[in-house]
Amino acid sequence: MDSFLQGFIKAFELILNLDQTLFGIIFLSLKVSGSALFMATAIGLPAGALLGLKRFPGRDLAISSVNTLMGLPPVVVGLFVYLLLSRKGPLGFMGLLYSPTAMVVAQTILALPIVTALCHSAIVNIDPIIRLSARTLGATPGQETIAVIREARYGIFSAVIAAFGRVMAEVGAILIVGGNIAGYTRVMTTTIALETDKGDFELALALGIILLTISFVINALLHGVQKRGAVKTA
Amino acid sequence: MKLVLSHIRKDYNGKPVLKDCSYAFKGSGTYVLMGPNGCGKSTLLRICSLLEAPDGGGLVFQDDGTPLIRDLALRRRITLVLPRTGVFNTTAFHNAAYGLKVRGMGGNLLKKEVDRALDIVGLAHKSGQNARTLSSGETQRLGIARALAIGPEILFLDEPTASVDEENTAIIESIIGNLKKDGRTMVIMTTHDTDQAERLADTLLLMKEGSIADRKH
Repeated sequence: MDSFLQGFIKAFELILNLDQTLFGIIFLSLKVSGSALFMATAIGLPAGALLGLKRFPGRDLAISSVNTLMGLPPVVVGLFVYLLLSRKGPLGFMGLLYSPTAMVVAQTILALPIVTALCHSAIVNIDPIIRLSARTLGATPGQETIAVIREARYGIFSAVIAAFGRVMAEVGAILIVGGNIAGYTRVMTTTIALETDKGDFELALALGIILLTISFVINALLHGVQKRGAVKTA
Repeated sequence: MKLVLSHIRKDYNGKPVLKDCSYAFKGSGTYVLMGPNGCGKSTLLRICSLLEAPDGGGLVFQDDGTPLIRDLALRRRITLVLPRTGVFNTTAFHNAAYGLKVRGMGGNLLKKEVDRALDIVGLAHKSGQNARTLSSGETQRLGIARALAIGPEILFLDEPTASVDEENTAIIESIIGNLKKDGRTMVIMTTHDTDQAERLADTLLLMKEGSIADRKH
């Protein structure tokens, strides 16, 4: 109980003192996860739209695969990216292992199935009459697709936020490919793991509290967006 | 613009829905298609509005006797209002503006045209309201406003008053009546209501078992 209290006190101390190391860690966490999320959305939204709007051979298999990959264990992704980027790996020549870029790659792989599957779900649930209405009003096939995506915007936003929550809380993959190097690849979750190992529970707890606060803000945002989208239907 | 149908045939899962539909719509006035459920009225409207292709026969749109290519430009001169209006989750204004926006219109001209269309259907005061919060009658009128905003030469209406109350039915009938007076839009609609058909039709077409069986002028 004492540790929890100390953790809260330490968290406030660190924040109030504008601790440079702490802000560096928080900033890197947001930068890595934000970049991964941007990449995952840039690929996952068009992929989800393709799965939701087009019929092609292997579509059902692709949907089942993406749904399965939503539960990818981060350590497995970490191992995969590690083998890919290690000096003897196929992309070893790029020298990216133990860098923030490697962490972005690993988190993109983790976020991509979530963004794709949830965007697909949001788009496929849009009433087909929306697309038909757009066509009757003179839309081109591209404009029809945009109309459907716009209609699914709240679901798509939820998909992005859900993926952000996943990557922000993730530790296994970035620990393997980032190496938890102080001042370079050390982020909130890897610091918590390290400080817990060292027995510095106060700092670990302080970071945990800050991480939870960020998650709370994200979820509050998600709830706000969902409330806006839930308009009474006539 | 004229529309000539010759021997249109359409099957769904091997079952014939339209067998041999031939008719020439002369380019003005109001045509009302009547017939029992399943006689192919809606299918015929969807084929005429270029949403579906027939399995046999042909349809030709003509301008002063010249046949037109069935491309996007032609598709944008006609429109169909579906029996259930699929409103976009945005304001009534942005719903009514959609057809003009996809044609690249913007600014004051867009606002003027959309306001005009909403005014015709009596929804100007609901311009800023989310379309999903409108009543079913208002939703149907918004569907008509969305179609009128683009100034179609042919307006297809599939059961425009099937799911609305008497008050909204009267408003919709009045809109169709005004279009007839205006003379710039040919209306081709379906209905189950015999009295309504008599009130609105310049030409009443009776459909039976997948073909146009009879006509009254």
